[in-house]
Amino acid sequence: MKAVRKQRLMMLLLVTCGVGIAVGLALIALQQNINLYFSPAQMEAGETPVGKRIRAGGLVVVGSVKRDPESLLVRFDITDGEGVVPVQYDGILPDLFREGQGIVALGQLDSSGVFLATEILAKHSPDYMPPEVQDALDKADPDMSKNSEDAAP
Amino acid sequence: MNWTFFHRMASPKWFYDFSGRLLPWVGMLALGCVVIGLTWGLLFTPPDYLQGNSYRIIFLHVPAASLALTIYSGLAVTAAIGFIWKIKLADMAVSCLAPIGASFCALALITGAIWGKPTWGTWWVWDARLTSVLILQFLYFGLIALREAFDSRETAARACAILAMVGLVNLPIIKFSVEWWNTLHQGATIRVAGESSMAMEMLIPLLTSIAGFYLFTLFVFLLRIRAEILNREQNTAWVRGLLGANF
Repeated sequence: MKAVRKQRLMMLLLVTCGVGIAVGLALIALQQNINLYFSPAQMEAGETPVGKRIRAGGLVVVGSVKRDPESLLVRFDITDGEGVVPVQYDGILPDLFREGQGIVALGQLDSSGVFLATEILAKHSPDYMPPEVQDALDKADPDMSKNSEDAAP
Repeated sequence: MNWTFFHRMASPKWFYDFSGRLLPWVGMLALGCVVIGLTWGLLFTPPDYLQGNSYRIIFLHVPAASLALTIYSGLAVTAAIGFIWKIKLADMAVSCLAPIGASFCALALITGAIWGKPTWGTWWVWDARLTSVLILQFLYFGLIALREAFDSRETAARACAILAMVGLVNLPIIKFSVEWWNTLHQGATIRVAGESSMAMEMLIPLLTSIAGFYLFTLFVFLLRIRAEILNREQNTAWVRGLLGANF
């Protein structure tokens, strides 16, 4: 390789690596700000501010959903396998909301540890299959139903 | 290693003749794969167990998103080669690829928003995946704008090459954003290593559609670069001879 070409190659590599390292360091420094939501484990450990608008994400605990018969009020627990946080929400839930499914809630934590949500978004797993396949899976192993493992935070 | 093939390929005249012979085949294959993939995916595959029919936009969203990334990496590598070896054809390729990549990136963002509304419950959320793809969109716009900002073609080529290489940093961030951070966007469905988490009767039409859109991109790229070659080489004897025969 001619010297002038080598010089241009070095310059390009140097600029790219330099910017790469700078961006990498910035991303590591901003780690917590880039995460879309806090996990229940973080919330139980007290890492989240009380009374500030934050997002919480986790799987809806199977059997925990309680709906108020008079209004849209709904209560349920979310978990990431390590912590459990109760969520309260008054509004229309997304179509994909169901037990065992991942959700991301926007709202604030009150002093008693209940998350008061103002918006609920549904997260779905990267699994796609026809309904019959899911039915067959449910029948074969009811505990593994809903394929929620990949949606876990 | 025999370099003559590369030297020949870098000649605009040779590339113009070669791509002319390739063009109809690529076009027919692309049309075939896109029609089969999309018809199969949109009309004949079973609905998803959770999302029902709304998941079908995946047959458009995934090829577009995949191409937005692939075109950018191809563009950056080509720009670097052109920058180091001063190859005119490489810069022509970069200038042709940027608008195609920008279009697919926009398509990925738009189809993603349309998909997000019924499934997630929102058009847009500032999570790491969506934000990093938006940055990719602006990188594409930046490359197009930067080229227009210079009067000299050589200066524009050099500036675009550096921007393209620097922007390469964004690609691994997009790819691994769903693993490094908590995001609303789900992880990868199609895995090169290991088993894809999609039923076969959905995966095969999706792969067909992806292949079709890749071929379509190659087709559009060849069309564009042939026009670009004629435009930039219009004062050479071979282009004059070629056009003279048609006038």
